[in-house]
Amino acid sequence: MAIKIGTEQFKERVDNGIHDDFMRGAVASAQDGMSMKRRAATTEDLGNWEEWRNHGEEIRQHVLEHLDYYLEQLSENVAKRGGHVFFAQTKEEANDYIRSVVQKKSAKNIVKSKSMMTEEISLNAMLEEEDCEVIETDLGEYILQLDEHDPPSHIVAPALHKNREQVREVFEKKLGYTKSSNPEELAYQARVTLREKFLAADIGITGCNFAVAETGSFCLVTNEGNADLVTALPKTQITVMGMERLVPTFEEMEVLVSMLTRNAVGQKLTSYITVLTGPREELDVDGPEEFHLVIVDNGRSKILGGEFQSVLQCIRCAACINVCPVYRHIGGHSYGSIYPGPIGAVLTPLLGGYDEYKELPYASTLCGACTEVCPVKIPLHNLLHKHREVIVEKEGKAPVSEKLLMKAYGLGAASPALYKIGSKIAPAAMNPFTSGDKISKGPGPLKAWTEAREFPAPNKERFRDWFKNREKGDKKL
Amino acid sequence: MKVTLFATCMVDMFQSNVGKATVELLERLGCEIDFPESQVCCGQPAYNSGYVKESKEAMKRMIDTFSDAEYVVSPSGSCAFMFKEYPHIFAGDPVWEPKAQSLADKTYELTQFIVEVLKMEDVGAKFEGNVTYHTSCHMTRLLGVKEAPMTLLKNVKGLKFTELPGKEQCCGFGGTFAVKMAQISEQMVDEKVRHVEETGAEYLIGADAACLMNIGGRMQRLGKPVKVLHIAEVLNSH
Repeated sequence: MAIKIGTEQFKERVDNGIHDDFMRGAVASAQDGMSMKRRAATTEDLGNWEEWRNHGEEIRQHVLEHLDYYLEQLSENVAKRGGHVFFAQTKEEANDYIRSVVQKKSAKNIVKSKSMMTEEISLNAMLEEEDCEVIETDLGEYILQLDEHDPPSHIVAPALHKNREQVREVFEKKLGYTKSSNPEELAYQARVTLREKFLAADIGITGCNFAVAETGSFCLVTNEGNADLVTALPKTQITVMGMERLVPTFEEMEVLVSMLTRNAVGQKLTSYITVLTGPREELDVDGPEEFHLVIVDNGRSKILGGEFQSVLQCIRCAACINVCPVYRHIGGHSYGSIYPGPIGAVLTPLLGGYDEYKELPYASTLCGACTEVCPVKIPLHNLLHKHREVIVEKEGKAPVSEKLLMKAYGLGAASPALYKIGSKIAPAAMNPFTSGDKISKGPGPLKAWTEAREFPAPNKERFRDWFKNREKGDKKL
Repeated sequence: MKVTLFATCMVDMFQSNVGKATVELLERLGCEIDFPESQVCCGQPAYNSGYVKESKEAMKRMIDTFSDAEYVVSPSGSCAFMFKEYPHIFAGDPVWEPKAQSLADKTYELTQFIVEVLKMEDVGAKFEGNVTYHTSCHMTRLLGVKEAPMTLLKNVKGLKFTELPGKEQCCGFGGTFAVKMAQISEQMVDEKVRHVEETGAEYLIGADAACLMNIGGRMQRLGKPVKVLHIAEVLNSH
């Protein structure tokens, strides 16, 4: 799947999103519900939430500043416990390594717990080419997988855009399900089907919420417990992580896990928080005999050290997505990326390039809601602005008409004389378009505005004229 | 107290009544108002669209225009915040960064100035009517002015206030966003209009002419009877 989802152009995707009434209702109610839960679990529950945010930011910045050191420490400690570590610079390298493990084990049945990193490297497609049966075991991901690989529309709640009736239809078609759309019955069906898959799996593949450098451990956060079965039953385990997803010690992990669960789902803790270290040891009753950690770069080291570095602080909680007023109306698929919302609009052009994703940084009013909630204080709206600056000034990818307009603006706004003349003649210039106090069908850039709204006619007496006349009047007195 | 008014281009050209109300209000509160004619636009439309180079010329012009001012006051949270951003934009520039910092330090949004500098919470205004208030994003989140407008409105005699549902949500203006992403902007402003209607208010009050032009323009197009007023106009009613 890689980062890109769908084949349509941005405008078309947005149009589809806006006309999907069900999706919009689901997103709006999820956003409203999540905002309340998140506030209760953060500001209200902890009180000194701003201190937590500062601490979260500090931990993530420290890790990024010393990433080479911690990656080495992590690798050494994983190896010490008998695990294998592979550092993949590209998604091809990551897939090649995983393919070699699969081939060596002659594996045919693979179970996975939720992982954005494996989406990013299109791991499932590669495994299917190897004739493996790959099963997503996170319920949301499982539903999407069954539904002809429908792409995720949210990084925490991937099937947010589907209602239970749609899920029932998918189960009926793909699993021969005959019961109702009651969520408990649907979940039961998934449990029954998935249990067989867990038991038959040769390899378990997981993502990684945080890796702990000090011990070579990694942590998985779920509400379904599926990751525990993925890591307990199959003989071979492969964990795939983005190269920035680590913490120095358990102490920092505890802080970030708490911030992740509170922000992602408004819970103090999720039902399962699992920390695993290396393969099964002599007295262990379960766990894999063989453990592989694949650390993936896939463009991240290019972001490191540059003006977008802070985006790598992200802990994938989706709080920014849950407050974004643009995401609210267009939904996740409109972004054309597995990473939607504000974090997606910042990260996707960096990983997938401006050619494909030059519209995303403009899909924001720069309202700052994302920056305000981010638990690790990524200045998201500033980074969106930074992208715009790069697109206009370095990449030269802005539309020509806009460039001309902005050039004229630069001249007019910088020159009081030009500004004065321009604002003086505005009422006359706009007269053909004006009716009473409003413009209903504006020319040029105003056209898009007036498609939905009235635009005010310029004042015949500008404020500055009023002020000047009033001062003159005062002097006469 | 001497106040130098940064009226904003929007008010100068399209909402002169907001400028007038600001002048009259501040004079009534004992300020002496100065309006330097060389003021233009703060640069935000170009800056936010990514045209940093083009916008810097306007910014330099504004820095020079207000260099002698003691207090710079603007009836717009968003434009006032733009002045606060200047030092970051000119960071590392030995000539313009210190000048930009000096301008940023003396710049206030209108209600912030009244509450924080004039130390007044009741401006003696009277306004009969059911109102609701739109909290503009730049003013609340970026400039950090959340309480001042509410404090002042609370003390207006005759005013009946209903909180706007979803008040923290952007109205969909976003400068050039409203034009570049017109379809998304329309959906956002429509939800805002629905929320305004839910309050049953006769007046929608705001502290940023641009947001009001967006919400007001949509309500006018849809034939909604709700009237739109800038907070300066309400505080100037007596």
